[in-house]
Amino acid sequence: MSTIILAVAEQIDGVFRKVAYESLSLGRQIADEVGGSLSALVLGSEIDAIAGKLKAYGADKIIIADDPSLENYLTDVYTNVVADVVESEQPSVLVIGASTRGRDLAARLSARLNAPVAMDALQIRFDGDQLIATRPVYGGRILADVLLDGSPRIVAIRPNAVSISGSEGIGAVEMFTVNPGKTALKFVKKTLDTGKIELTEADVIVSGGRGLGGADFSALEALADLLGGTVGASRSAVDEGWRPHSDQVGQTGKTVSPALYIACGLSGAIQHLAGMSTSKIIVAINKDPEAQIFSKADYGIVGDLFEIVPLITREVIRIKG
Amino acid sequence: MNIAVLLKQVPSTESYIGISDDGVSVQTDNVKWVINPYDEFAVEEALRIRDAHGGAVTIVSVGTGKASEAIRTALAMGADKGILISDPAAENCDGSGVARILSTVLSSIEFDLVIAGQRAVDDDNFLMGAAVAEFLDMPHMSMVFKQEISGDRIQCHCTVDGGSAVIESPLPALFTTQRGLNEPRYVSLPGIMKAKRKSIDIKALGDIGLDADTIGRSKIKIVSVKFPPQRAACTMIQGDSDQAKAVELVKALHEQAKVL
Repeated sequence: MSTIILAVAEQIDGVFRKVAYESLSLGRQIADEVGGSLSALVLGSEIDAIAGKLKAYGADKIIIADDPSLENYLTDVYTNVVADVVESEQPSVLVIGASTRGRDLAARLSARLNAPVAMDALQIRFDGDQLIATRPVYGGRILADVLLDGSPRIVAIRPNAVSISGSEGIGAVEMFTVNPGKTALKFVKKTLDTGKIELTEADVIVSGGRGLGGADFSALEALADLLGGTVGASRSAVDEGWRPHSDQVGQTGKTVSPALYIACGLSGAIQHLAGMSTSKIIVAINKDPEAQIFSKADYGIVGDLFEIVPLITREVIRIKG
Repeated sequence: MNIAVLLKQVPSTESYIGISDDGVSVQTDNVKWVINPYDEFAVEEALRIRDAHGGAVTIVSVGTGKASEAIRTALAMGADKGILISDPAAENCDGSGVARILSTVLSSIEFDLVIAGQRAVDDDNFLMGAAVAEFLDMPHMSMVFKQEISGDRIQCHCTVDGGSAVIESPLPALFTTQRGLNEPRYVSLPGIMKAKRKSIDIKALGDIGLDADTIGRSKIKIVSVKFPPQRAACTMIQGDSDQAKAVELVKALHEQAKVL
């Protein structure tokens, strides 16, 4: 078995995503476990300036695929180039962050390389030579341990699932000769809300449900901003048109694992619980003491969120000075 | 514009999913079976495109005989015909195996566009659309919440982390659905009556020239399933006033949970 582990470090517009460091951290952990080395792959255009950063996250080799064709993510050209790198590196494990585009890339690569993929893996372990990944199914209501048989084994690691470990690698830089290959897709434009923290990467999420009674989420936003987090919503709040689809947490929305999840005016429908149950600490604020959400929370307050949330905000400001 | 929709029958998201005694499979005995919600968006979008551009909508599914109920529902929504691959040998194959079967079916019919759900809400694999497109050597776009077709090209608005992107592709192509794409129609009584006269082709692997060997052996094997760890009982924060409760909560988060 090859002992090279390859991790894709996702960057957008010259900034590494948090999940890039998480992918490297997991790759480093696997490399140490099998006595191998970690190669990091960065794809993009004019990215050589940032690539060096990856040394501090355990990369023994930093492979830079720098080409104008890679400026924006397009499934076909990215799949072609990563497949070429896999061909030349022959890794036994390929780690990709399961962001929106990471999942897309992992899925297409898996078919291209005839390789098994563990999508949204939460953790991995080895049983001898065999790699077993734990991944959520049924919206996280069940966890499945899956054995990946084939090469390379693709682990698409869920954002916020592994902690980032700073560990110095050798950091040898290698420029990869990019051949975009056969492509059909054309990038037209993108619109990024740069001010907003992506839900799946947020450390703190303050979420609102039907109890908000309208589109005014300002109390939740104030607390989220103060804590460096972001605002989420239940399906009913999204269906009411109070929040955009991109804010929806749950089985038909996003699955999140922040350090702190504060659920406000949210009953805790099973589909919502599926999307946030892996949060580290869950706080529930609800008028109804019988609300289902309390059964999944660590801390609960029965009361009016419009009274309590601003008081929490004030108290956090007070203790943080 | 002939459109194929990849459809999977799944337990409804309200269903209780248990674990079998073997600890490897899940219990789905008493669940309500429905069209995967993301595939429902795919059916609806296909119908709208057909109504605007002409052509026919074919539903393609792999599943047990029971899956024909889900296809029948799609036909009642307005799809034109269904193809179900139902074979004991297909039941244990992994996502890649199912993608092989679907792409084999697709290569035997005429289509300009394939629409699939971004994921099925049972295995949450996010694999099928991309894998089928790859096996057919065709471009795909993921998590589409808006599309426009003009001539032989399609432009898709896709959800990406932190925003959206617009990607253009020549047809034939495949795209996967995202919430917001449309509001699937309810099945009407006339629709149900009409669907009774539409055909569902139920085929075994052999009928499409495949067998268990050609699909390839499963590269992903479930070794165990379990419920996520249970949390300790919720600590209800008490206090004489909202103010007191807020102070108590922040103290607990700061000193006990250490997340502030």
